[in-house]
Amino acid sequence: MLAFILRRVLQSVIVMLTVALVAFALFRFVGDPIASMVGQEATLAERMELREALGLNDPFIVQFFTFLSRAVVGDFGISYRLQQPVMELILSRLPATLELALVSGIAAFVFGVGFGVYTALRRGGWASSSIMTVSLIGVSLPTFLIGVLLIWVFAVELQWLPSFGRGDVVDLGGWWRTGFLTESGRMSMILPAITLGLYQMTLIMRLVRAEMLEVLRADYIKFARARGLSNRAVNFGHALKNTLVPVITITGLQLGSIIAFSIITETVFQWPGVGALFINSVRFVDVPVMAAYLMLIALVFVVINLIVDLLYYLVDPRLRLDRSAAGH
Amino acid sequence: MSMKLDRTGVRARLMLGAAAVALAFAGAANAETLRWARVADALTLDPHSQNEGPTHTLNHHIYETLVGRAVDGSLTPRLATEWGISEEDDTVWVFKIREGVTFHDGSAMTAEDVVFSLDRARTPPSGMAALHAAVEEVTAVDDTTVHVRLSGPAPLYVQNLTNTFIMSKAWAEENGVETAPNFAAGEEAFSVRNTNGTGPYVMVERDPEVRTVLQVFDGHWADAPAVTEIIYTPISEAATRVAALLSGEVDVVQDVPVQDIARLEQTDGIKVVRGPENRNIFFSYDMTSDRLASSDAEDNPFAKPEVREAMALSLDRNAIRQVVMRGESQPSAAPLPPFVNGWTEELDAFGEPDYARAAELVAEAGYPNGFSVDLNCPNDRYLNDEAICQALVGMLARANIRVNLVSQTRSLHFPLIENWETDFYLLGWGVPTFDSQYVFDFLVHTREGSYGSFNGTRYSNPDLDAKIESLATMTDLDARDAVIAEIWEEVMEERIFLNVHNQMLAYAMRDGISLDVHPENQPRMTTVTFD
Repeated sequence: MLAFILRRVLQSVIVMLTVALVAFALFRFVGDPIASMVGQEATLAERMELREALGLNDPFIVQFFTFLSRAVVGDFGISYRLQQPVMELILSRLPATLELALVSGIAAFVFGVGFGVYTALRRGGWASSSIMTVSLIGVSLPTFLIGVLLIWVFAVELQWLPSFGRGDVVDLGGWWRTGFLTESGRMSMILPAITLGLYQMTLIMRLVRAEMLEVLRADYIKFARARGLSNRAVNFGHALKNTLVPVITITGLQLGSIIAFSIITETVFQWPGVGALFINSVRFVDVPVMAAYLMLIALVFVVINLIVDLLYYLVDPRLRLDRSAAGH
Repeated sequence: MSMKLDRTGVRARLMLGAAAVALAFAGAANAETLRWARVADALTLDPHSQNEGPTHTLNHHIYETLVGRAVDGSLTPRLATEWGISEEDDTVWVFKIREGVTFHDGSAMTAEDVVFSLDRARTPPSGMAALHAAVEEVTAVDDTTVHVRLSGPAPLYVQNLTNTFIMSKAWAEENGVETAPNFAAGEEAFSVRNTNGTGPYVMVERDPEVRTVLQVFDGHWADAPAVTEIIYTPISEAATRVAALLSGEVDVVQDVPVQDIARLEQTDGIKVVRGPENRNIFFSYDMTSDRLASSDAEDNPFAKPEVREAMALSLDRNAIRQVVMRGESQPSAAPLPPFVNGWTEELDAFGEPDYARAAELVAEAGYPNGFSVDLNCPNDRYLNDEAICQALVGMLARANIRVNLVSQTRSLHFPLIENWETDFYLLGWGVPTFDSQYVFDFLVHTREGSYGSFNGTRYSNPDLDAKIESLATMTDLDARDAVIAEIWEEVMEERIFLNVHNQMLAYAMRDGISLDVHPENQPRMTTVTFD
């Protein structure tokens, strides 16, 4: 067990280093931050001086190792754009992204499983058909368009929900600002959460439906019915339970994507999370923030994958049996 | 509206029993909140760190400058009540400082604070330093008089002061921000998120890129503005920004996308005001090198006057205005906005395009089969910048000039001009000093020292350089204007710029609010009136 964890942690470190290296290599093509940092009156000599002071003239490898040596102690420098420490900036934006990811993840799971089961059991019904059709829109329309459409319908035409921002937030202990505790905060979360979670919901729904259809044909379901169990016990007690293993895996992995790919949703809804921060940083060539953000996303994926691997190890007895058998 | 009244009601109830009840109700009677959205937030609240539009715009509400810029471009008194060149010494500017001005922390503003602020602004790493490069010494002669001594006569120095804010010396020293924040130092300065100005509003809440709340400053020297609270929210996505206005979540939208202007004007309850911006959009080219890196021609076609004339004949400015800009631009031939000193109607005049003649000129210049060249264009800096470039590609094709469009983000585009790596490019230029000299200094003068940093044409004319340099110290304004006219004549004759248009600004707001377009795109919410 310990060896397994150590091996996975080592692999994770290698992944993180690779991400940092690739990210740094890419930054050379993003452009020159100096133009956005100084006024148009700055002389060429002043521009060169600032470039030198920031170490932008150093060879790539030197810049990379300077970054790494600071990053390991948690120092990602100061944002070129907002003049605030990068770590503080990202930590202050992270709660917004995590809350949005959590809400849309849970909504996607609950509705995805619910609709999946329903459409599997009531195949051919008009409600099932329309759910299936609408879900096609979920997978085929780009996130940006869904967001704008939702804003148009619910904010501009009906005026039920806010079109942008996070509403009022409550500060919890000075390091986490939550939108869950205020009315406007909860209202603000609805549209972005739908936009962000629609694709995941469709994915889960289709997965559950396919798995359910598969399982419902299995022999043990027929035997269960033959034993005279109620429909409810058969469908939910046996069929659904056996479809959930792959669904949980997918949901877990998708949680990483929700956090990483909230960029578009956050931009459309002016949601003050790390995704919007990243996009604004790219426009400004704010290298310290871009580097820290990419490292953070890599860390999220690495950690989620690590947890999923560990869960497999715990959940699937065969993995353990194989190993102990090999030891004999 | 009802929400606002409710909130004031609650506040008033909370104060019930306190001695301030009467005052609170008096204040509540005309309390007006203005919710203001634009594309980007101020980068910092430090008054001298960044010379950047949105940063200055927000800071103008918290801090004040010695002189202000009115919507017609003229100078107005702000913290200075009078200013002028000293009668004894023409290298000294004298400023009379307004009396009875207090900072938000209650301390009185004195001439010492002005001296400190001007010194801070002209000391690197301040972003304002370049505007004060000629300053040698700032002194407080008495409590209300400040002398600024320059390296030579500088008749227009006061024009450089419209975005240089005055801060408290004691406050800066107390909080360790005696100089502007240094990027390279790697630490956040206190002044980035904390303020102490003399401006009409006090910053009460600051969440960068989310929300900034300003409350009216009771101790301000001027008449109280109609707007008593400002809630400023950046909304970067154009569609969301417009939706927020339509849904009534914001009152004023500053950066209205060109394609939405017509629709917003037809919407009930919304109005759009527009005006010329202080920014011209033009093409320019390397007219000096022996060869162009991106061209199939053996020599440099742009060095030939015939080719430059042919390009001028091919540019259909009115078509760009109608098709690309949807009517929202002022086509013109010279790269300077109409309110800038040195502008004349003749400078702006241009003829109809003549493609047959243009093709002939290209052939006469020695390119019977035309030539090819790369055009570098930003795609996220100016209004419809990439579309303007695309339009030009089609127009030049008719004159037998094959243009290969390279359009990319601003952070990749501008270094090309800085490093002389482009043969042909699009650039926009504003004139913050409202004087032609600014255009000449940066775009026409040979590149050396502080001159010519955006001169991507490699143009170098010693006679013209001498004239441009002489402008800085000419105190006889009529003679100076004559020299400006001479320089413009030469610049237009040489066709250094292929100017397209002056950009227009549009602000959208709900009915019942009046706000004029500011030529520097720095609207002052103190000027807002409610019907």
